[in-house]
Amino acid sequence: MSSTGSTRTPDFTIIGHRRSKVDAWPKVTGRANYADDLPFAHLLYARLLRSPHAHARIRAIDATRALAVPGVTAVISGADLPVPYGILPVSQDEHGLAVDKVRFVGDPVAAIAAEDEETADHAMGLIVVDYDVLTACMTVDEALSATGDPIHANGKANNVHKRVALEFGAVEAAFEAAAHVREDLFFYGGSNHLALEEHAAVAEYSPDGRLTLWSSTQTPHYVQRALAKALQLPERRVRVVASVIGGGFGGKTEALPHEVAAARLAMITGRPVKCRLSREEVFYSHRGRHPMHVQLRAAARVDGTLTGLHVRTVLDGGAYGSYGVASTYYSGALPPATYRLPAYRFEGARVFTNKPPCGPKRGHGTPQPRFGLEVLLDKLAEDLGLDPLAIRLKNLVAEDSVTVNHLRVTSCGLRACLERVADASGFLDKHRRLPRGEGVGLAASCYLSGAALPIYWNGLPHTTVHIQADRTGTVHVACGATDIGQGSDSVLASLVAEVLGLDLVDIQLDTADTALAAVDLGSYSSRVTFMMGNAALRAAENLREQVLCAVGRELHLPTHRLILHSGQVALRDERSPIMSWPDALQLTQASGAVLAASGTYAPPPLAGPYKGAGVGPSPAYSYSACVVHVNVDAETGQVVPSEVWLAHDGGRALNPTQVEGQIEGGVYMGLGEALWEEQSFRGPLHAGPTALDYKTPTALDMPIVHCLLVETDDREGPFGAKEVGQGPLLPVPPAVANAVYDAVGVRVDEVPITPDKVLRALDRQARGQPARHGPRRFPDIAYPPLTVVEPPAGAPQL
Amino acid sequence: MLHLPSFRYLAPRSLSEAVGLLAELGAEAQLLAGGTDLLPLLKRGQLSPRYLVALAGVPELSGIRTAAEATVRDGSGLTLGALTSIAELTRQPVLRRHFPVIGHAASLIATPTLRSMGTLGGNLCLDTRCTYVNRSPLWREAAGDCLKCTGDVCRVAPGDDRCWAAVSSDLAPAMIALDAQIRIAGPRGERVIPAEALYRDDGLSHLTLSAGEIVVDVQLLRPTGVCASYMKLRPRASFDFPSLGVAVALRMAKDECENARVVVGAVASRPLRIAEAEVILTGHVPTAERLSAAADAVHRAIRPMDNVDLPPGYRRQVARVFTERALQHALRQVPARAGANGALTPGRQN
Amino acid sequence: MKSTIVATVPPALQVDDSAPGDRWLTVDMTVNGVPRMLRAPAHRTLLEALREDLGLTGTKHGCELGECGACTVLVDGQPRLGCLTLLASVEGRTVTTVEGLGTTAEPHPLQVAFVDRGAAQCGYCTGGMLLTAAALLADNADPTEAEVRAALAGNLCRCTGYASIVAAVRQAARMVAGGASHPRSGAQG
Repeated sequence: MSSTGSTRTPDFTIIGHRRSKVDAWPKVTGRANYADDLPFAHLLYARLLRSPHAHARIRAIDATRALAVPGVTAVISGADLPVPYGILPVSQDEHGLAVDKVRFVGDPVAAIAAEDEETADHAMGLIVVDYDVLTACMTVDEALSATGDPIHANGKANNVHKRVALEFGAVEAAFEAAAHVREDLFFYGGSNHLALEEHAAVAEYSPDGRLTLWSSTQTPHYVQRALAKALQLPERRVRVVASVIGGGFGGKTEALPHEVAAARLAMITGRPVKCRLSREEVFYSHRGRHPMHVQLRAAARVDGTLTGLHVRTVLDGGAYGSYGVASTYYSGALPPATYRLPAYRFEGARVFTNKPPCGPKRGHGTPQPRFGLEVLLDKLAEDLGLDPLAIRLKNLVAEDSVTVNHLRVTSCGLRACLERVADASGFLDKHRRLPRGEGVGLAASCYLSGAALPIYWNGLPHTTVHIQADRTGTVHVACGATDIGQGSDSVLASLVAEVLGLDLVDIQLDTADTALAAVDLGSYSSRVTFMMGNAALRAAENLREQVLCAVGRELHLPTHRLILHSGQVALRDERSPIMSWPDALQLTQASGAVLAASGTYAPPPLAGPYKGAGVGPSPAYSYSACVVHVNVDAETGQVVPSEVWLAHDGGRALNPTQVEGQIEGGVYMGLGEALWEEQSFRGPLHAGPTALDYKTPTALDMPIVHCLLVETDDREGPFGAKEVGQGPLLPVPPAVANAVYDAVGVRVDEVPITPDKVLRALDRQARGQPARHGPRRFPDIAYPPLTVVEPPAGAPQL
Repeated sequence: MLHLPSFRYLAPRSLSEAVGLLAELGAEAQLLAGGTDLLPLLKRGQLSPRYLVALAGVPELSGIRTAAEATVRDGSGLTLGALTSIAELTRQPVLRRHFPVIGHAASLIATPTLRSMGTLGGNLCLDTRCTYVNRSPLWREAAGDCLKCTGDVCRVAPGDDRCWAAVSSDLAPAMIALDAQIRIAGPRGERVIPAEALYRDDGLSHLTLSAGEIVVDVQLLRPTGVCASYMKLRPRASFDFPSLGVAVALRMAKDECENARVVVGAVASRPLRIAEAEVILTGHVPTAERLSAAADAVHRAIRPMDNVDLPPGYRRQVARVFTERALQHALRQVPARAGANGALTPGRQN
Repeated sequence: MKSTIVATVPPALQVDDSAPGDRWLTVDMTVNGVPRMLRAPAHRTLLEALREDLGLTGTKHGCELGECGACTVLVDGQPRLGCLTLLASVEGRTVTTVEGLGTTAEPHPLQVAFVDRGAAQCGYCTGGMLLTAAALLADNADPTEAEVRAALAGNLCRCTGYASIVAAVRQAARMVAGGASHPRSGAQG
């Protein structure tokens, strides 16, 4: 259920209308081929031997007995993959199989290829690995105070991976002058993506030296680069094809050990090699939400105007870098893009621990500080006698503005989102007025529509769309963009079909294949609709121009009087068809044109003039606001979310059904993190690496979700569209925390908000103690000296 | 993909054939009913039986029969074959009419599909569970395998010399509360025991079945005036095993409780009858103070371990709340007390 | 029109002996209306047999331990988890997978509704959802929202938050009530 408060709606045929996705029928008939469904002849199956130790030096690996098992073809170890790789140029710290050391329970140390998995499993048990066990650090505190072997030898001291300290504007002055200062500590637990499809990949190496990898991956281009590096092949001889993907959410956005190992085994054996992960192994592959310690200090006037904000974060990074440096920067990037802040300080750090590596999960480093900020605003509002809506409305970032940390805000529908969601939920009539045990909470947030800078520095487009047409009317669209279930293929087809006046079924797509399509950076940072979309529009408009020019010349009509509509060239005003699309294409080709067009997109230069400015800028930000209604059982602490309203400014809803689907999915994932999900550890071990122990909400746990679409028609988005894949998750956890407080008067400053934590806070309340459950201290970390950055001209001032 | 280990498959066509096979094959054989508990154990390498004896074709284990003989105080009786699916237990009209707590407990088990596949006997005989046990070989090697698998230490209570794996059945507490009778067939013939006697408090060997014995059916007799209730604590509204299960049954005569049973699941290796709570209730009018005192007694008596979802201290606290609520809920079913107030408070009552 | 399929024999299993019971079984069943005979090791699950011996990859695996519902198929019209069902136990039975739920000419109303409502995002849970819902509608032609959620409580989805799936199931129910063709799940041939 939804309602759209849209701006003037041009007369679109496809855009803005509810349409089925172009890949819907294969998915509902069981014909969509995910990585493990692809048929191959003469396949070998690979399994990864994993470390039982959280931290150990590898002394020797003896695979003699394993190799002697009938049906085993090859065994490899780190020695066969000596070249390190990593998604970020500054973090090239991974090998497909551990070299020298293993750094978490589950770290792959060898790979075996055999005729079938059962044989591989049996033989894996015969590989003998001699380890020197080292002390493991399972928490940030342990890592920071460790005296033994650091987790990474070339890292900074005390297992610190990355530190950052930035200041924009006169922060101390703001705090000294403030009428009211509020400081709070929060902790946000780690979580896994739990994409329903377990990772799987098949590698094949041809005798003439070309490697192909079919994989469930969100980022074929980045995987191609990493494979080329790790296997020492030229990139042009590495082809990565993303199969249909059963969910990603950030867990499949970099080259992963099973892909690298399968590729090496394919090169050695000369046969296609499949490696698929069990659910437990997916928890070890991880790259999920960083557990994060967040400390916030806010300065405000008596009327609730924020005058300064200080954010401190410590990320528990797990054993490898992954996207972690970017995650660290993200943990401080977005507050000034949500609220008007004249002074802002951010100190962040990432620490290695002996756990599966954390990386990007939907929201990438921003849900955690968002949780803290939106709960702090709630507390601040109460301190100052304001309601949660009023304090936010008072401080909204302005549309078409620039922030102190050099982020450019263009369209901003945050006011409308807050007002719509408050109105739809009756928030002000319910807040602080419901019977004990029932409560409502509010929160807002913002997110990027794609990172403005690529992961590896280059001056090239972030995406390219090639369109090719022919005399039959066939329109073939190629782009490396990867549909991970979010519907990017449908967006691509819709945009091209809209411009060319065709039906969706007339658009042939080739996507997510590095050989068949030009580079698109991949499905991460919510970039695909915005960037692929703009490139697609440019290409389609170019082709349209070619065709209308040729037709206009032939019929002696000015181009501006012609349109493409319903598979025809037609007169604009009367809509009367004058030539069919195939005839028009033939005419165009006969006149000498090539019937091909390309479009590219690179964001405008947006990064500020400081180190770290590359993370945070985006060509457009989406905005979301959320109200959650909860019922809290005051005797058991159980929290039941009963209704959620989420308003999202995604620029324009290219397809309301798809947009609502992303909102509903984001709310679901946000509730999952808020109340149930946790990647938790028992000593050195993942406490529950199973789909049963990892508590993701079921259909019976989910409340009704009301989707409210706010449209601001962003001037740089394709048809005004911005992102919707990640934004809606972000305000949900803090809205839940605020709702719990409204219901029973206890603060849980920690995620997930499990019933035992609520009950503990209720017990304190009953004893007359401060009714809060949450962290009492912040990790003992030394940040570097602040880099003071001059805010840009036009940034908010006191 | 996780694969099953290889085994030899046998499908007896009668109870005597099944009993004979078990006697012949000994400890290397495992019984297969619905398979929803057994197959995961095999896939995780916790068990590696040489033989699987499938019970699906054994007619004596199927069916639901109403008792021919009159039972205590003109109640009606019901015999449930061990292969009765959990789903069938939720639907069966006689059960719903006379023993609603059983259908209710059944409806809280797992998921709809798992309830269709799983059986009464399977749920009563569910293996005990623990965070350290229901894990892959890699995980157990990394943890140091525990007493229940191939190791010699209980990881949850290293100082103890017993296994603390928790009983995980939702039906067992309810069956014990109703004093269900379990018929067992084995090499030495048949025997009938009260449900309570099926269990012992040992995570390694929590069923008192001897070698080669099979649960045949469960008989429920219904003296008049019995009201019962079951509450389950779990993190989600589906899938999850009980973190706590509280079953109560009260036999009421006018205003007085003639007999009370209070049974708690998932806090020990067997469902625990809490005698201290039963004594408080039996022979008295169940006033609010009595219910509260009984709930306090449960809270004092149980010692949940850190081996299932949710922290043990929390589960103890909730046990108190659930006992009180279960008693209130049970009493609301008694016609004489039908005017009793109290809407259930919100939250996951289960 | 029977076809015999012999499952791949892992080298480790190529030893035979004369102990009691069967290491290998021949199983006759009907899959999506087609009679099939499979000869497979006794420890073959229905999930493995469908995907790897019959090439019906529409049935997915998300955990292989019965904890997610992705491998749901219909056996004699009833939902079963393929990962916890031995091939042996479907002897003589009818199995329906998502590939057999409808035809191109006559898709199942659930398929039409799922497409219409955007209920398949990544699509990985879709087969299991469709079959579980098909069994629900065969049993309850007009389920409430709560009944649909309860029926799907054993099928995890990470993309949709279940909203569009529940809406699609109810839409399909209305379609059937309105006269849309409704092939009975699992009961054909």
